[in-house]
Amino acid sequence: MSIPYERRSSAPVIEPVRPRKLAKVPFLELAEGRLQGVVSSGSDVSRVYVSSITAGDHGLSCNTNNNRPCGGLSGSYPCNHLRSLLAEATLQYGSGRVARYLRIEVADDADLITGLHPVAAPGRAAEVFSSFLRHLSYLELPPTTDPLPELQWFPAPGVAR
Amino acid sequence: MLADALRARPAGLTETLALADGLDDALVHGLARIDEERAASLEALTGAFAGSPLGDRVADSIGKLIAGTVTDEHLAVLAGCRAALFGAAHDALLAPFGRERRPAPAPAPGPVLVAAGSRSWLRELAIAGWHGVDHELAAAGSPTVQALLADPAAARLAVLLDGFAAELRAAAPVATLERIPVRRWADLWSRALLLSQEGFPAAAGETVDGRLLFLGADLHEHPTVFRVQAHGLLETAGGEARVVRVSVAAPKVETITGPSAWRMLGAFPVLRAVLAGQRSAEVSGLTLIGGDLIWDESRAAAGEPAEVFATARVLLGAATAAAVPPLDRHPALIAEPVLLEGYTPGADALVVDGVTLPVDLDRLPAAGPLTPALIAASTACVGLLRWDAGSWSVQPLAVQATVKRKAVTVSTADWALGPTEAKAAKAEAVAGTAVDVLRERAGRLLRR
Repeated sequence: MSIPYERRSSAPVIEPVRPRKLAKVPFLELAEGRLQGVVSSGSDVSRVYVSSITAGDHGLSCNTNNNRPCGGLSGSYPCNHLRSLLAEATLQYGSGRVARYLRIEVADDADLITGLHPVAAPGRAAEVFSSFLRHLSYLELPPTTDPLPELQWFPAPGVAR
Repeated sequence: MLADALRARPAGLTETLALADGLDDALVHGLARIDEERAASLEALTGAFAGSPLGDRVADSIGKLIAGTVTDEHLAVLAGCRAALFGAAHDALLAPFGRERRPAPAPAPGPVLVAAGSRSWLRELAIAGWHGVDHELAAAGSPTVQALLADPAAARLAVLLDGFAAELRAAAPVATLERIPVRRWADLWSRALLLSQEGFPAAAGETVDGRLLFLGADLHEHPTVFRVQAHGLLETAGGEARVVRVSVAAPKVETITGPSAWRMLGAFPVLRAVLAGQRSAEVSGLTLIGGDLIWDESRAAAGEPAEVFATARVLLGAATAAAVPPLDRHPALIAEPVLLEGYTPGADALVVDGVTLPVDLDRLPAAGPLTPALIAASTACVGLLRWDAGSWSVQPLAVQATVKRKAVTVSTADWALGPTEAKAAKAEAVAGTAVDVLRERAGRLLRR
């Protein structure tokens, strides 16, 4: 029996994210019309990069945490940080969701980086940074024993099948 | 008889849901664009509510909305209509099961919330319709959600809005979506709107003592919350058994998911040990609000081992449940604990006394050890009866099965202290470092 998606209270909307190691890219999100995130430096443990790719026109930006431009990003050629960001986003969200958000057109199973038609874009370090802090602030909120009835609409992601 | 209750088709259910569907369809296109067909669907509500206590307000508000006046007051009436329709469906669906229900506790004043921002965002959504939700509108709820999250009294609304907003952000621009979850979003929208009203009632609690025997755990999650809702039976000193739920929720981030999400519940070592060890808990002086037992680690202690199926066989049948508060009556909130035995298991359904009861495979969480294969090999099941989109299903909480010629009992709560299976434990150990990594990286950023 087919259950109409439109009339299901528990219709799944967000594909469950896949767990990934966070050391290389501790934070990323599809938000504000960009894929944006924080990427660890490959050489300096105390440095991170703030990188972003805009949806649609694929504007690239990459800066260090003290707002110096990334040396690897020359104009419209993506640096390794942006490559890591896109690769980890594909791991976390699946390539379909990332491609849809950024409007990247590639053949099935092709690496999304091959579908970018990038241009240089202004840095968004401040926005991404505050987004990361907001993200982290969830870890500081207290747990609750409130019954929260509406969570019945949000079953925990199921076992892979 | 369970089979009879599952076969029952309450009179008027189809018509009631059709009225709600009409309302939901208006929200797809937005209240700024009500064409004749959608106006007729909304006017049908006026007819249905005529003569009821809501009658006059419904007639007035629907008329104004169709005329293009979209105010908070009229939207609240619309959400109220929907709650009444689904409330009636909920009651009709549960009646045939015949469990004795204690009267609902008297309503008490609810918390005072600063929810004007929430109402305003929900109004914008209703005007634009789901088709009109773009990145900007989806994200526009964020400031109000952040403000509500900071107020513990607003947790219920904040957690709902945060999950709803995350779905809209993930789905934006909705106009390009293939399928829209019409009922689901109307559910979330209308509940958020009701919770955003001044005077949304709370319920008064009573203080209880006794022995708590768990049946299993139902796990809930969206990007920023993980919640364990353990279903069980509270044996009071008088020998009465009550169906109760214990709920503990922790904020988290999206990348923490699967078995490692249990780590976020570090504040509840007693509860986790009781669940993982299949033990009873001795509780004293806990607050019981309807069927919700408000957990307090300092008033609970682990007791003797308690086998889930023994508990279910001895106590579940005659246990009393609490009546559901009027605003929580919705088919999606039905989660009736049930013991199933003597069925024929299949790949995705159990045949119980001739009735095919689908297994809700979407509710077998990755954070627990239950798998479709275990269900298919099971001989007994403790689960929750669910109703969605016109049919009943069972969400297993625990099963008895024969694995490699050995009888085992497997429960969704078994991994409360971490996976007990080697491969899953290894994966969890890797994923479980997420919180540490995030904190370390944040430290680097903040120092500069």
